[in-house]
This record gives sequence, C-alpha cells and structure tokens, in this order.
Amino acid sequence: MQKFILGRKNHITIVSAILIIIAFVSKLGFENEQIAIWALVIASILGVSPIAIQAYQALKVKVVSIDVLVTIAVIGAFIVRNYEESAIVTFLFLFGAYLEQRTLNKTRSAIKELTQMAPESALKQVENGEFEEVEIDEVDVGDILLVKTGAKIPVDGTVLTGEGHINEASITGEAVPVSKKKDSGVYAGTILENGTIQITADRVGEDTTFGKIIELVEEAQDSKSEAERFIDRFSKYYTPAVLVLSFIVWIFSRDIELAITILVLGCPGALVIGVPVSNVAGIGNGARHGVLLKGSEVISDFSRLDTMVFDKTGTLTIGNPKVADKEIYADNVYEVLGYLASVEKESDHPLAKAVVEYIGDIKLYTVEKTDVVKGGGIVAHVEGHKVAVGNVALMEQENILLSEKARADIARFEKNGNSLVLTSVDGELKALMGIRDQIRPGVKDDLKKLKKLGVKNLVVLSGDNQGTVDLVARELGLTEAHGHMLPEDKATYIKELQEKGQIVAFVGDGVNDSPSLALAQIGIAMGNGTDVAIETSDVVLMNSDFSRLPHALGLTKATANNMLQNIIIAVGVVLVLLASVFFSEWMNMSIGMLVHEASILVVILNGMRLLRYKLRK
Amino acid sequence: MQKATIQLETLTCPSCMQKIENGVKSLDGVDKKSIKVLFNSSKVRVEYDDEKVSIKDIENAIDKLGYEVTKSQVKAL
Repeated sequence: MQKFILGRKNHITIVSAILIIIAFVSKLGFENEQIAIWALVIASILGVSPIAIQAYQALKVKVVSIDVLVTIAVIGAFIVRNYEESAIVTFLFLFGAYLEQRTLNKTRSAIKELTQMAPESALKQVENGEFEEVEIDEVDVGDILLVKTGAKIPVDGTVLTGEGHINEASITGEAVPVSKKKDSGVYAGTILENGTIQITADRVGEDTTFGKIIELVEEAQDSKSEAERFIDRFSKYYTPAVLVLSFIVWIFSRDIELAITILVLGCPGALVIGVPVSNVAGIGNGARHGVLLKGSEVISDFSRLDTMVFDKTGTLTIGNPKVADKEIYADNVYEVLGYLASVEKESDHPLAKAVVEYIGDIKLYTVEKTDVVKGGGIVAHVEGHKVAVGNVALMEQENILLSEKARADIARFEKNGNSLVLTSVDGELKALMGIRDQIRPGVKDDLKKLKKLGVKNLVVLSGDNQGTVDLVARELGLTEAHGHMLPEDKATYIKELQEKGQIVAFVGDGVNDSPSLALAQIGIAMGNGTDVAIETSDVVLMNSDFSRLPHALGLTKATANNMLQNIIIAVGVVLVLLASVFFSEWMNMSIGMLVHEASILVVILNGMRLLRYKLRK
Repeated sequence: MQKATIQLETLTCPSCMQKIENGVKSLDGVDKKSIKVLFNSSKVRVEYDDEKVSIKDIENAIDKLGYEVTKSQVKAL
C-alpha cells in the first residue's frame, strides 16, 4: 500500500490539481459550495497521503523532516475546516517536489554522462574456448576477454593477442586514437575504434582507473565543506525548532491558522539544497572539461588562491628535450648528420635521443670501435673516419680546435638555456647542436589568464640550474624562480608561504612531487590517469592539459560565488516569510508554500547556470 | 567485514539522506562510522559484519523507508 501510493506521487499530483480546479469552478461558476468542499477534501486526503507516509517513515528513524511539518500543517488546516488551504498546500508541495526532481536531474546530468560510459557487459572466454557475453560484475581478474571493433574495453587489462586503435578520451581526454598491440595496457571505459583484441583482465569494476575516477567524482559531489556541515547541523535542530515555535504560538495565541502557517513557512528546503546543488553543478562542469575537483573544500580553497607554485620539467615544459638551435660547419651536411645519427643511435642518453629524433630518416653507417667517455660523450669510427660526439670537455680532450665563430655560437647557445652536443670528424668541428626542453605551447597565455583571475604570485621551482629556471621565468612572466631545488626543498618553500598565511596551490606531475602536492592546500596533478596522480592531489587535470588550469580556477570562483548566492537567497526568503507572518495581512499557508517551493527552484536553477560556465576570453 | 555499495532510485530530498543514514545505522552489525549516503549519485556505501547482518537486511531496511534499491555490490574487505 505504502509503495503503491509513493510510486504514484505524480498521478496524485495531477488528480489533486484537477480536483482543485473543479472545486474553484463549481464554487465561483456555479456557486455550488457542496461540490467544492467535497472536491477539496478529497484532494487534501489524496495529496497528504504520500507526504504523511514519508513523515511517518522519518519519525520512525527519529528524523523530523519537512514532510512532518507539512503533514501536521495540513491536518491542522483540516481541523479548522480550511479545506482550500489544505488542498492547495499539499498540491504545491507535491508539484514542487516533482519540479525539484526534474531540475536536479539536469544538474546531475554531467556526472551521469560519465557513469554511463562505464562498460556493462563483456565477452568472456568460457571453458570450451568460446566467448560468451556476461554481465560486467561476472568478470574476474585473470579472465580472458574478447573486444570487437566499436566495443568498450570492459576492464583494465593487457592485450594478449590482436592489434587495434583505442580512443582513450574517457580516461585522458585525448581524442586521438592510440595504437595497441600485444602487451599494451588498456583501460576500462575506452573504446576500440578498429581491430579485434583479446585481453587479460588485470583490474575489474571499481578498481579500474575509470571506476576510480567515477568513485572520486561521486564522493566529491557529496563531500561537505565547513559551511555545509554547519547547515546540516543547523537544519537538524532547525526543523524541530520550527515545530516547537508553532506549538508555542498556538498555546499563547490559540490561533491555529497562525501556528500552521509558521509550520509551512519554516520549511528549510532551499537552505538544505542550495549548497549541494552548486557543488554538484560545479564539479559536473569540471568533469566535462577535463578537470576533476575533489570536493567542495577544494572549491572553497581554490577560489581564494594567493600563490601558485609550478614544477618546471613536465609541467611548464613538455619534459621531452628537443634540438632547438644548430650550426653546421661543413659542406657535406648530409654525411655529417648521417655519421652523427649513426653514433647517437648507439646511446640511450636523452640528448642522443633528441638528436636522433631531430635528424630523422637518413642514411646510416656501420659504427665501429665505440668508446663511451663518461661525462663527455662518444668517440667511434664510422666509414674509416674518427667521429667524436659530446660536450665541450670531450672536444678539448680530443684536441679539437674551436674557431672564433664556434666559440661565439657556443656562448650564445648556452645563454639560451641549451645543453650542447658537438660533433667532430677527423679532428675538425663539424656540427653544434643546442638542445633544450620546450615550453608547453599556450602556457604563456594560460599564465596570463591565471593572473587576470587574481592569482598574486606565480612561482617556478626546479631541480635545474638557476640560469635555466630564470630563463623560463622571464619568458613566461613568472614572479619568482628558484633552481637547485630537491623535492624536500620545494615542500619547505611551500610551508614557508603557508606560514605567512597564504593559500598555496602546487602544480606538478604527481610522482616525484607528491610531498608538495600533499602539503599545498590545493595539489594539482598533471594527470595521465595514473593512480598516484589521482590519489595524492586535490585537483586532477586530465591528459596533462595545462590549458584547463584557468578554467579550473575560474570555475571554482564561480562555484564559490554561486553557493554564497544560494545561501543568501534561502536565508533571505525564510526571514522575509517569517517577518511577513507577523507584520502583514496577506500572508497565509498557501502563499507561504508557493514562495517556499519557488525559492527551492530558484536555487536549483541558479546552480544549473554553473553547468554552462565557460571562462570568458 | 564486507563493503557494500547500494544503488538506490534517484534521491531528491536532502532529508532522505538523514532518514536512510539513521535507518541503516539502527541495524546491529553495521559499522556506524562507515555509512555514507551519496545524495547526488543516489548511493549508499556501508561496511558491515556479515556474521551479524546480511546485505538483504540492509536492503530491506532501506526499502522499508520507502526507497527502492536497484542494485547492490558487495566486496569482502
């Protein structure tokens, strides 16, 4: 019976609306009081039944909910034979709840999109070697699964056989498909765009990276800030207090109408729902734009940020050194580069890799008698020529004469923050290359936007030498730059700022910088969907996309503002309503309920604006 | 100990959370501190001692409060 009634709330709402219309038509149109009264009585009883059931269930677990207040108010109105009020109040309450649900679903839509990307079934290998479609819950670690073109990868796993391209946008935010072959790792929730693969399940369900992201976002939406916890505690006592207040008013004034009006007006709806609504919409917007915000505490801290501290390598720079400057001192360029590439191919030094990558496809030669000079480079024989590749010290050791021009070039390259690779063939300097880590494209603009959004200090900390760090700082317009910093030095630096009362965010790549990430009020990881990055930080930028940072900051500011607006709306409405009960003539139960429900819708709609938030250009 | 994630029908009123929390809390064998009612994702996360109380008992308790359970997942801790 209870279920029957609760399941038909929407029908009840429609029927009571029709009954109320019938009542007014017969009263005003036909002056038939009798029909009007009966229609209103039926509408009241019908309307109050689901509310009363909810009230009873709440009282059973010792909670004085809004339903309790409304039920008592309606019963009160009934006793004083004000059927008009009892019918309209129940209708408005039910209709308001319906609208609330509709609009709430909208604010939650962003998260829903995310959870709907979760895989639901998998093709699992059964005993006879065939593959059978099973529910995702039935997949265990170690199972062998088949994934066909267009299907979702059901678990985190390793490719066993087959090849294909996978769109990993759901994990990394990067839409360009990634090639996978035997032994490649694959992630749940990503999509196989072409090919067919068999995978072994390594992690299933909530343990997968995708599962963790969903869990994180879900918990974040419901994590509570200081202000929210206060409101929770407040409303726990507030609702019973309203009950007591109306009882006292009734005792002293003997005015039931007034007492029940207070009950309706005192409902704390907008106050309780206002903050969570802003929160869920803000976090939902972030999730859509590749920014994972872990809860409302983070939002409130982030929005009041003073200083942003950056790690250099991998954060401001790509973390992948490239040849930036070069000079060739020979006419047979092609041959020299061929020798150089052939020798560097022998080495897995990062600088050598950068050189090989830069030269690209070229005719390679056989390299003989390779001799690695520690801290210098490589000396080898190619096609009967003695080739030395390395730094200035190696050239001096090999007695190679550096011309006036070469010395000037070296000085210039070094000033630009390059590491040097010199190449000599048969005792003569032939090529000079300057290699440096490239600044991420767009970082300069993003930093400008951050400054505009009110971040006072932008600081870079790095293990590199001070010269290189200064150069980056100058190029990007940072306020401070510190080199020669070990991970623990960075943490100490952040602690000092905090002791000065600043709110500090640290932006790093998540692994070697975890102490700083944990220490800063806001740890921002440039995540590739790796577990460490997701767990140690407060904000995760998916796919290491630096450009999401200004959006993240702007969004938290907008969300914090939105929460404040909602609190003001909610508290304001309750105060105005209560004041008008005592000081005005026109206030009654129905109007009170109307305003109350309207205020709930206003805070939800206000929160929904955050879903569309975009950083202004 | 077991850890359960219980998916409910969509929750709309914040007072539901308090109701569900109190309702589940009153069961013997449930770790009271572990109860988390996630309003926005309409989920309940709870840890419990499966020798004293079963997932069915918890589901029934929530059901009796008038909230339909759509799915639950249990993992041993």
